[in-house]
Amino acid sequence: MPRWLLRDGEVVPDEWRTPSEAAPGDDLLLTFAEWSAERERWLAHPAPAWPGLTHPELARLDLARPELARPESFRAGRLGVILSPSDAVELLAPDLPRLALVGAEFPGPSEGRGYSQGRLLRERFGFAGELRARGRIGRDHVFLLARSGFNSFELPESELEGAKGALRTFSAAYQRSNDAGLAAPLGPR
Amino acid sequence: MYRYDVIDKTLVSERVEQFRDQTRRFLAGDLSEDEFRHLRLRNGLYIQRHAPMLRIAIPYGLLSSVQLRTLASIARRYDRGYGHFTTRQNLQFNWPKLEQVPDILAELAAVEMHAIQTSGNCIRNTTSDHLAGVAKDELEDPRPWCEIIRQWSTFHPEFTYLPRKFKIAVIGAERDRAATLVHDVGVHIVRGAGGEPGFRILAGGGLGRTPVIGQVVREFLPREHLLSFLEAVLRVYNREGRRDNIHKARIKILVRALGIEEFRRRVETEWESIRHSGPTVAEAQVERMRGFFAPPSYRSLSDTDPAAGQETAFRAWYRYNTSAHKIPGYRAVYISLKKPGAAPGDVTDAQMELIADLADRCSFGETRVTHTQNLLLADVEQGKCFELWQTLRDAGLATPNIGTLTDMICCPGLDFCSLANAGSIEVARLINERFDDYDFVYDLGEIDVKMSGCMNACGHHHVGNIGILGVDKSGEEWYQITIGGAAGADASLGTVIGPSVAKAEVPETLARLLEVYVRRRHADERFIDTVRRLGVKPFKERVYAALAAA
Repeated sequence: MPRWLLRDGEVVPDEWRTPSEAAPGDDLLLTFAEWSAERERWLAHPAPAWPGLTHPELARLDLARPELARPESFRAGRLGVILSPSDAVELLAPDLPRLALVGAEFPGPSEGRGYSQGRLLRERFGFAGELRARGRIGRDHVFLLARSGFNSFELPESELEGAKGALRTFSAAYQRSNDAGLAAPLGPR
Repeated sequence: MYRYDVIDKTLVSERVEQFRDQTRRFLAGDLSEDEFRHLRLRNGLYIQRHAPMLRIAIPYGLLSSVQLRTLASIARRYDRGYGHFTTRQNLQFNWPKLEQVPDILAELAAVEMHAIQTSGNCIRNTTSDHLAGVAKDELEDPRPWCEIIRQWSTFHPEFTYLPRKFKIAVIGAERDRAATLVHDVGVHIVRGAGGEPGFRILAGGGLGRTPVIGQVVREFLPREHLLSFLEAVLRVYNREGRRDNIHKARIKILVRALGIEEFRRRVETEWESIRHSGPTVAEAQVERMRGFFAPPSYRSLSDTDPAAGQETAFRAWYRYNTSAHKIPGYRAVYISLKKPGAAPGDVTDAQMELIADLADRCSFGETRVTHTQNLLLADVEQGKCFELWQTLRDAGLATPNIGTLTDMICCPGLDFCSLANAGSIEVARLINERFDDYDFVYDLGEIDVKMSGCMNACGHHHVGNIGILGVDKSGEEWYQITIGGAAGADASLGTVIGPSVAKAEVPETLARLLEVYVRRRHADERFIDTVRRLGVKPFKERVYAALAAA
């Protein structure tokens, strides 16, 4: 069953997989801890395809799906990393060119460090890929998250439509900011 | 005063609709108690002992008569006919109904008011000097800067879910009448070595469980950089402040843990990387903002002494409840909300309407809230003071006690607040009864008494010359007394004199402290200075010798 998320203002299926879910060629979403523990190996991942990959689980999947042996079906799986609130964005900065997605985890409704992570990723480190928020967030969070640079939101399914509307909560703003994920970007005052 | 433009109006009314929807979802069961809590708090709505408490923002304490009348009308129709002014220049209603709060907010929006960010872990209402624009010792009016900060901090995308609340105060005068040293960030308007305009920035002050005096982060900041520097401070705090323990989450704990040197280094490093890309305050923006706070059309008058030859009661009121004005022929007039028997800071709907009328008649239609929980008419012609006094006196608003012992700061206490250990309002009443002799009170001179019903220190007891803190001793109300605190430019934290005393003993304990002062003071020495000179010991001995003998 696909997971759904709100991305660039639209409800879309989530194509990203964790290492335990991923098949060869899938887009692979790692925690920062997983990423930093085996950085070199993950970096070998997006190559044109999976052959040569040493990850044992993925190798088994490889064998289980013979069609993947045909080079033309290979797709370059992309890499994404989710930061926990205490992970310093700076540590991920050198690897950003290799990442198609960076995410921030919000373990509680009042967690606020991710907002700084988002702005730093966009504004200081120029990250232009998918910036994802996930955790205990709902429609009431997405507006400010979008203004902090987030453009994708993992939400409970019941919140998705409401969250889409919430991207238009305010039609003006006092601050110049990064409205990457907002339905209609707001000019500075 | 500042007037909303289309952007302010849009934001405030869209906020009302957002909160209306959140309240509806909560009442329908779609939002949990915990989820709704974070949302309602950012709209100033607490769930209290008896009912919700709604805190309304009064930016830097400034109210138009239209706004004050609206508050009176809300008090009458949605509450029980009164409101409570706080030490952060806001107004609290203690009895609104949750389902009516969106309607209250809509009525406020119509007069350019709101309750945005008056509670919750976000940047709160920016406070300032109640004598802004009229004080003789002022270098520059701080209100344009307060408004610039208000706008920048409202719905700030990055700083709405901070580790803990965040309070900013701005002053532009020599005397600190806004307690900036006990704020998370204090902003002082100063001049650089070459006379160029800028700010001194302090951080890490605060009261609560762990009272701390703020320290200087930057001696001089060129003024166009105010907001980018505040962003740097807030970003360091947002990223590194503790979130594991609510009692250790304020910026003061971070500053203390890192040390001011290291904290400063981190802020400066952060600021270096955003000072060119971050928000800059353009000169044109400052000019536009200044236009909103331009001096009213004062008449050309000369100073007189309206008290000369008048009755004693007026002379006392004029001496204590009015203060100097930078324009000849004018006075700033305090409206005391510290009448004996009334809860400090409380004002009724009828009083609010009367004050609004008086503001229209005598003070260019503006009223201010002081951080000591009184009101102020800032621009009154000296010649109108006598008539104004008569009207205020008849309304119970002319208690001549500003700056004296009975001008106590006091939190709502356990009569209203679910956190309090103590009925602070009742203790205020007992103190007022004990010290009802004005000659004695006047002889004591300038003295600050501040009382909090619990450790959260809403009544600022740590920085009272005499501080009173309600503590719970196996279900009974007891009171811990401190002396030697001060909130101004020479801010200091009070020292606990000894074991707490029973409620009934509080007034007598104060009397004993004052007795030592009267006996040992030098001529013209203020209570605080005598305490600083003598130390706590003689005061302590007098109090506990008497208690032991009893």
